[in-house]
Amino acid sequence: MSRRKFRKFKNGAFLALSLIATLAGIACLSAILWTLISHGIAGLSWDLFRQMTPPPGSQGGLLNALYGSAVMTLLGILIGSPIGVLAGTYLAEYGHNSRLSILVRFINDVLLSAPSIIVGLFIYEIVVVRMGHFSAIAGAISLAVLAIPVTLRTTEDMLNLVPIGMKDSSAALGAYPWRTIISVLYPAARSGIVTGLLLAIARISGETAPLLFTALNNQFWSTNLNAPMANLPVVIFQFALSPYKDWQNLAWAGALIITVSILILSVSARVLLALLQSKGQSAR
Amino acid sequence: MAIINPRHAAKQLIYERVFRGATLTAAIMVLVILGGVGVSLVRGSWPALSHFGFSFVTREIWNPVTDEFGALAPIYGTVVTSAIAMLIAVPAGFGIALFLTELCPPLLKRPIGVAVELLAAVPSIIFGIWGLFVLAPLLQRHVQPWLIEYVGVVPGIGKLFMGPPYGIGVLTAGFVLAIMVLPFIAATMRDVFDTVPPMLKESGYGLGATTWEVIWHVVVPHSRVGIVGGVMLGLGRALGETMAVTFVIGNAHRISSSLLAPGTTISSSIANEFTEAVGDLYTSSLIALGLLLFMITFSVIAAAQAMLRRIERRASLAL
Repeated sequence: MSRRKFRKFKNGAFLALSLIATLAGIACLSAILWTLISHGIAGLSWDLFRQMTPPPGSQGGLLNALYGSAVMTLLGILIGSPIGVLAGTYLAEYGHNSRLSILVRFINDVLLSAPSIIVGLFIYEIVVVRMGHFSAIAGAISLAVLAIPVTLRTTEDMLNLVPIGMKDSSAALGAYPWRTIISVLYPAARSGIVTGLLLAIARISGETAPLLFTALNNQFWSTNLNAPMANLPVVIFQFALSPYKDWQNLAWAGALIITVSILILSVSARVLLALLQSKGQSAR
Repeated sequence: MAIINPRHAAKQLIYERVFRGATLTAAIMVLVILGGVGVSLVRGSWPALSHFGFSFVTREIWNPVTDEFGALAPIYGTVVTSAIAMLIAVPAGFGIALFLTELCPPLLKRPIGVAVELLAAVPSIIFGIWGLFVLAPLLQRHVQPWLIEYVGVVPGIGKLFMGPPYGIGVLTAGFVLAIMVLPFIAATMRDVFDTVPPMLKESGYGLGATTWEVIWHVVVPHSRVGIVGGVMLGLGRALGETMAVTFVIGNAHRISSSLLAPGTTISSSIANEFTEAVGDLYTSSLIALGLLLFMITFSVIAAAQAMLRRIERRASLAL
């Protein structure tokens, strides 16, 4: 084989391998989604939203788990996102490249990919041990800790995208920075910040590990934030590993519900961001 | 404002200080959280660490009945499952990133890129039940018997593929982890490849290089730091991943020479046993496992971030 032919052959071989890798990746994604849909649809019914999680060997639904997940995710966002948004504001508008900001940015990126089970242990130590029992509020706090890094990152990025002229005009009118931030920058960056919130909800609503030792689980309907509360991920975990067919079917249905909602959230966050970017480009 | 009202100005200044203080507090909160995680884990694991001393990380025994705990089996499981995951996911992620930046028709570039990123948004528990109900039976029936029969007899590496095909085990956990971290690695590598100035690539093509030669001799050397950063970010995920592994590893506190045997990892031990642990020493030993995981993942992720930061800075300087 001539050298030229060999180089061409090598080129073709490696490019073919990269094509195979991509196809394999897509095949895995489709396999997972297909299993999820085919197993999940079989378990879908209105009873899921009307009945509580059943004892082994009987029919039931996921109402208490859906409610618990919604409550804890919402509370987690309510506690976590103000901290994330304010901290992101500090980095973008006050701290800039001070030593503190660089450190906070770095630590935040580390927290963004830190294992969530560690956060669960942390909240167990500082909340559950103090209170003496598992509770929904402990679960919500652990989700809040996971929501902070996501909202912080997007808020900072989005504030940095606001044209500098807007900030200057506001300052030229004699406004203090806080006024500029609240009346000019936040409205201008609103859809970007909302994107961050959606991404944070998507991130925390599927989290299982931190809830295992904070909110635990509850087989019954409970609205008491001071008591253990059922939640979808932990129910899926317990039911899927059980030997009972009814429980496994419920786990698949729950898994389908959770994945579809998270994919919808991520896609809408993406669409919002794309709209924002096209608007930003036409303004320039 | 033509005339400045001193009262108004003073009030504005107070608001300004309050708002600035609030944002500063929130920013410091991020540091407090990380510090709090470290402090509370050290405090929680103190009973175990002071009781067992350094031997905690060198002993394989894990016996709740006699209250004797050692972390060697979970550490081994964590390292081996992550290693299997990286062995598969790094070349595959490289291939996907390469396909997306160099080969893909522009029309397909966005949909495939988005699909890869959506795969990253799927919660890990989904990968777990898929691994348990679909992948494990598949491996048990079709892949593991073949490995045992043909690779198991090879001297040396044969030891890794011996014993009965359980389906669940270290190898299956490694496979599931590989599928999980693949999107992170592919997406980071794609972003890093995109920072290579087109001029450099075009110079390569101008010299008559093939696409592969441009990638191997121009793109890869230029983005080396970022590639390693992306790989380590994926490694950080793999080391700390909990739910997906818990489903398929089998939770057996022992070190087997065979990859087909059940094992355990740090995170799956905690997830499986924490709520059922009775006795201070048992709970404390599990928190000590958490502390180990925290230290390992923190150093890996911090190093990854430092590397990715370097390449971002270089990219912004080049513009």
